[in-house]
Amino acid sequence: MKFNQIYIKRLIFIASLWPILSIGIDIFQNNVGANPVEFIERHFGKWTLIFLCLTLSMTPLRRITKINQWILYRRMLGLFVFFYASIHLLCYIGLDYQFAWLDIKNDIIKHRYVLVGFLGWLLLLPLAITSSDKMIRRLKANWKKLHSLIYVIAILGVLHFIWLVKKDITEPLIYGVIILFLFALRLNLFKNRKL
Amino acid sequence: MTASKIKKIPSSEITPEYIYNDRRDFIKNLGLILSASALSTFSHKSIAALSTLPSFVESKNVDKDKVSSLKDITSYNNYYEFGTSKSDPHDYADKLKTDPWSITIEGAVNKSLTLDIDELLKLIPLEERIYRLRCVEGWSMVIPWVGIPLNSLLKKVSLTGNAKFVEFVSLKRPNEMIGQKDDMLDWPYTEGLRLDEAMHPLTILAVGLYGKILPKQNGAPIRLVVPWKYGFKSIKAITKIRLVEKMPLSTWMKANPKEYGFYANVNPEVDHPRWSQLTERRIGESLLSPRLKTQMFNGYQKEVAHLYQGMDLNKYF
Repeated sequence: MKFNQIYIKRLIFIASLWPILSIGIDIFQNNVGANPVEFIERHFGKWTLIFLCLTLSMTPLRRITKINQWILYRRMLGLFVFFYASIHLLCYIGLDYQFAWLDIKNDIIKHRYVLVGFLGWLLLLPLAITSSDKMIRRLKANWKKLHSLIYVIAILGVLHFIWLVKKDITEPLIYGVIILFLFALRLNLFKNRKL
Repeated sequence: MTASKIKKIPSSEITPEYIYNDRRDFIKNLGLILSASALSTFSHKSIAALSTLPSFVESKNVDKDKVSSLKDITSYNNYYEFGTSKSDPHDYADKLKTDPWSITIEGAVNKSLTLDIDELLKLIPLEERIYRLRCVEGWSMVIPWVGIPLNSLLKKVSLTGNAKFVEFVSLKRPNEMIGQKDDMLDWPYTEGLRLDEAMHPLTILAVGLYGKILPKQNGAPIRLVVPWKYGFKSIKAITKIRLVEKMPLSTWMKANPKEYGFYANVNPEVDHPRWSQLTERRIGESLLSPRLKTQMFNGYQKEVAHLYQGMDLNKYF
């Protein structure tokens, strides 16, 4: 990696910690509204989806700009998806349900939005575990297959949000449209490459 | 125990400080009103525009719930007429004109009745009721309403034999209720109760909160409060109360009949497809407080369980 690339990567790393800093400020200033648990939980849920979109943008960006550098940041952004999804889950288990495992189990089984959200996090696990260079080398062609799970995860993430809301699905649909657009770019580019 | 029953507890122990303060404000304002009306002939309209309520019987808060803060009650609301975010009602409800306002009682009555809010308040004495409010989304508050029992209003009109249900109709005024510019729900919002539910002494029409005129984001000028049912049953900004023979369809039943039934009684044993109804998060508690166990009929089981005897509450949810 060139010097400037390392520098940019570090910059992206620090910028990616913004959700932690911003919620810290909100909590410190008591700016988390009447339902702070929900506020914090949703904050990390939202940032999980944002990092998902960012991660999925790297490949199309590389192809469109013809600059390979983008791909160097994809893994780190993907790990931030896992990081924020885990904090989101931890907020749910620890803050909201205070480790009441039976209630949590029932909630996951009975409510489809919880179920798909939890499934999404479970599918992120193998991706995070196999993200090292060593694992990439070890899994060879299978690595790519395994990591295409990210498309399933993205759909589960959007479904999780759509099924959560009672009536107004505008916000989850925005993420849905962005993710579908990023999918479409891939299909399109794939076709072009064949030509 | 009904909210109107009084336990022998020294009132200084249970009357929250804010009521003392409000009482002082009230006496001060009353003095102003009295002296003003002595000087000029005040029409009752202008008095109604003042921000104080007529005097009311204070609640004894027999259940000793910690009352939610005025800030929480007025900034975390579900009131889709002003938008779907919890903060929208606080931000946009100001546009709604609540004066003048009239409410009509019609349908299966011998003579329909239309009243201004101030006429209504002269007709029936106000009471404070401190009730738990449980939202179907799994959160709850404790709210000091001021209002009148719905039955005392219904007793003012003579019902015909066809009066089996009560339908409530809110308002459709998209220029003032900006959330109505989207067809999110079938406006105006409507709700319904069985006649015995409507006549139950716990069912009130609220016109005040924390001893003051009801804020607009909470359903001013007049809203229903049915404390043993999920919050969405308690329709806000009511313009019509219609006595009907058939069970009316409520707005949420129309929007999603699988998830929202006519009864919508708080019931931890009947799950909602989206949210667990076993527990609830009490608004205003600290970040680290646990969820509370949701109580059958929101804790008003003794008072209302008899209304549903023999009914399959899984079917009639």
